Amino acid sequence: MQPVISIINFSKSFGKNIAVKNLSLDVEKGELFGLIGPDGAGKTTTIRTLVTLISPDSGELSVTGLNVSKSVREIRSITGYMPQRFSLYPDLSVSQNLNFFANLFEVPKKEMAERKKRLFKFSNLEPFSERLAGQLSGGMKQKLALSCTLIHNPVVLILDEPTTGVDPVSRSEFWEILQELKKEGVTILVSTPYMDEALLCDRIAIMHEGSVLAIGKPEKITGLMHNHIYKITGHNLVLQSNRIAQIPGIISVQSFGDSLHLTFPPGFSSEDIRSKIYDLLGQQLNIERIAPSLEDVFIGLIEGKIGHGN
Amino acid sequence: MKLRRTISIIIKEYTHIFRDWRSLLIIILMPVLMIILYGYAITLDMKNLTFAVIDDSKTPESRELIRGFTENRFFILRYTGIKRNEIESLFKKRDIQMALVIPGDFSESLISKRITKVQLIVDAADSNVGTFINNYSNRVAQLFNEKLNHRSPGILGLEPRILYNPDMKSANFFVPGLVALILLLICSLLTSITITREKETGTLEQILVSPVHPIEIVVGKVVPYITLGFFNGIIIIIFARLLFKVPINGSLSLIAVLSLIYIFVALSFGLMISAVAKTQQIAMLATLMATVLPTIMLSGFIFPIASMPLPLQYISKVVPATYFLIIIRGIMLKGIGLAELWQHAAALSGIGLFMLSIATIRFKTTLE
Repeated sequence: MQPVISIINFSKSFGKNIAVKNLSLDVEKGELFGLIGPDGAGKTTTIRTLVTLISPDSGELSVTGLNVSKSVREIRSITGYMPQRFSLYPDLSVSQNLNFFANLFEVPKKEMAERKKRLFKFSNLEPFSERLAGQLSGGMKQKLALSCTLIHNPVVLILDEPTTGVDPVSRSEFWEILQELKKEGVTILVSTPYMDEALLCDRIAIMHEGSVLAIGKPEKITGLMHNHIYKITGHNLVLQSNRIAQIPGIISVQSFGDSLHLTFPPGFSSEDIRSKIYDLLGQQLNIERIAPSLEDVFIGLIEGKIGHGN
Repeated sequence: MKLRRTISIIIKEYTHIFRDWRSLLIIILMPVLMIILYGYAITLDMKNLTFAVIDDSKTPESRELIRGFTENRFFILRYTGIKRNEIESLFKKRDIQMALVIPGDFSESLISKRITKVQLIVDAADSNVGTFINNYSNRVAQLFNEKLNHRSPGILGLEPRILYNPDMKSANFFVPGLVALILLLICSLLTSITITREKETGTLEQILVSPVHPIEIVVGKVVPYITLGFFNGIIIIIFARLLFKVPINGSLSLIAVLSLIYIFVALSFGLMISAVAKTQQIAMLATLMATVLPTIMLSGFIFPIASMPLPLQYISKVVPATYFLIIIRGIMLKGIGLAELWQHAAALSGIGLFMLSIATIRFKTTLE
């Protein structure tokens, strides 16, 4: 079956800055696909090109088989796009914003009431329908923005870091809505810098500096890691991370809250490491081997310490 | 162009305008403030010019001559009985703009019907003032002659009949011009920031991914501001009438209709700028530069177009205020109608449509 979103060898530069180079990926129908990467990875450029706001330097990009350079208007009418920045009118009420976008997309008047009701069910915004959008909380703003991008029943939903700067409770609510939409058959492409959100996607592409480092199911990507990860916990460990990084054979040290994740190649045992740290710091520490998290994989991928794979 | 999308943009713009009552208040009060400030500041009428007299004659005849200068509101006699060598320092201090030196043999010379000369010293640093004093003094001298020799009046006497502005009030000339300047400035500012504001807040990005067409955005932005601009125009004209007693000799409804065309031109101009400018600040600066200077300098607002160098005369033909000034002065002062003004109205409409097309064409539906 033809993928809903298809990107082949896409490159884009702004002046001398290369934003994206030779990116290729497909998103299948009904999939929830995540673009994962830090700021400057090229996520926004890729997304804006897909929604026809910027044009590609080279490569083939299509949405439901429509070329982004040729079928601008068609793509715009079947896609729902939510920009990174809150882009609704703060001095218009929730209801006025919804009506405005419904009119822009020429939603049939007869269906308006029913669609609004459905969106309010998703977003729980009904009690606030007369409140000005600028006076909503961060999480509610995002839900309103999502509602406005859904008002014309798009077949493809493209979201650029929808949960950045939103509180954790609203973030998880937002992702529940996305899962609901997926069940209804909407194809969703979402970018996020958060690793925990990546685990909620069907497939992810890990992006860094304009290229894809890995594409696949989140579990598969964690499986790419063949080095071993050890987690050590103890008082003020973070301050010691520079010294720990000097242990012979160690690949990397990353801090996660009050613990450190140490990456070693296969062939080291917990006991070896414990004694090495004792030699170094004179401290007995709690150490355990853990399964690599997406963060570990991500850092590993970026540092080029593990092989590229698909 | 889809009517439904256009109407929804119009409604949205109205909502913005009325919800932000502070800006609305500024939009309404600014023209009032401007017409008061400009109306009183820009005037070529001469008043309260000060002068000194050295009267060496001290006769009824010499006092009669001095009275010729002081019997109206133009001149104020500030110094008498000073010495000749003090005159220069008074001029330098700008204490006086004119000095009159009447010789000791003034009366005798007049009585013996010789040609009598009186010295008039004029500060012509401001050439307008200099010319005015010169002309006025000649008139005083002429009246003085007639009074003295009423049995043998001058050979040639001009009897001027002054049309359209019989009191020669400069307000009658400037205030209609101010209407043109203020309407252009306010209306083009209004629209020049409206699209750039959406660029800055990111709302444009959200609109652009809809199937909306540039013409729908452009028309949707012009329509609400036409009503606002028209309201402003009415306020300005009311103030012009009440404060400056500018006559309105022609048809008010014709002023209304042609003002609408002019407002449309101004709004289209603002949209043209906002389609290109990236930030509100740039848009505002560009609008100020492109409206105020050409309107004041090149439209005939102060300086007559006919006396400009030829290249500037050509430029004045694309300044919208050039046409509107002829229209509004024509209607207000001369009371003329569409029969005389239709060409200027057509030129204005043409400029407006041209600018609106440019705004639409230059309006990009992408972010690049």
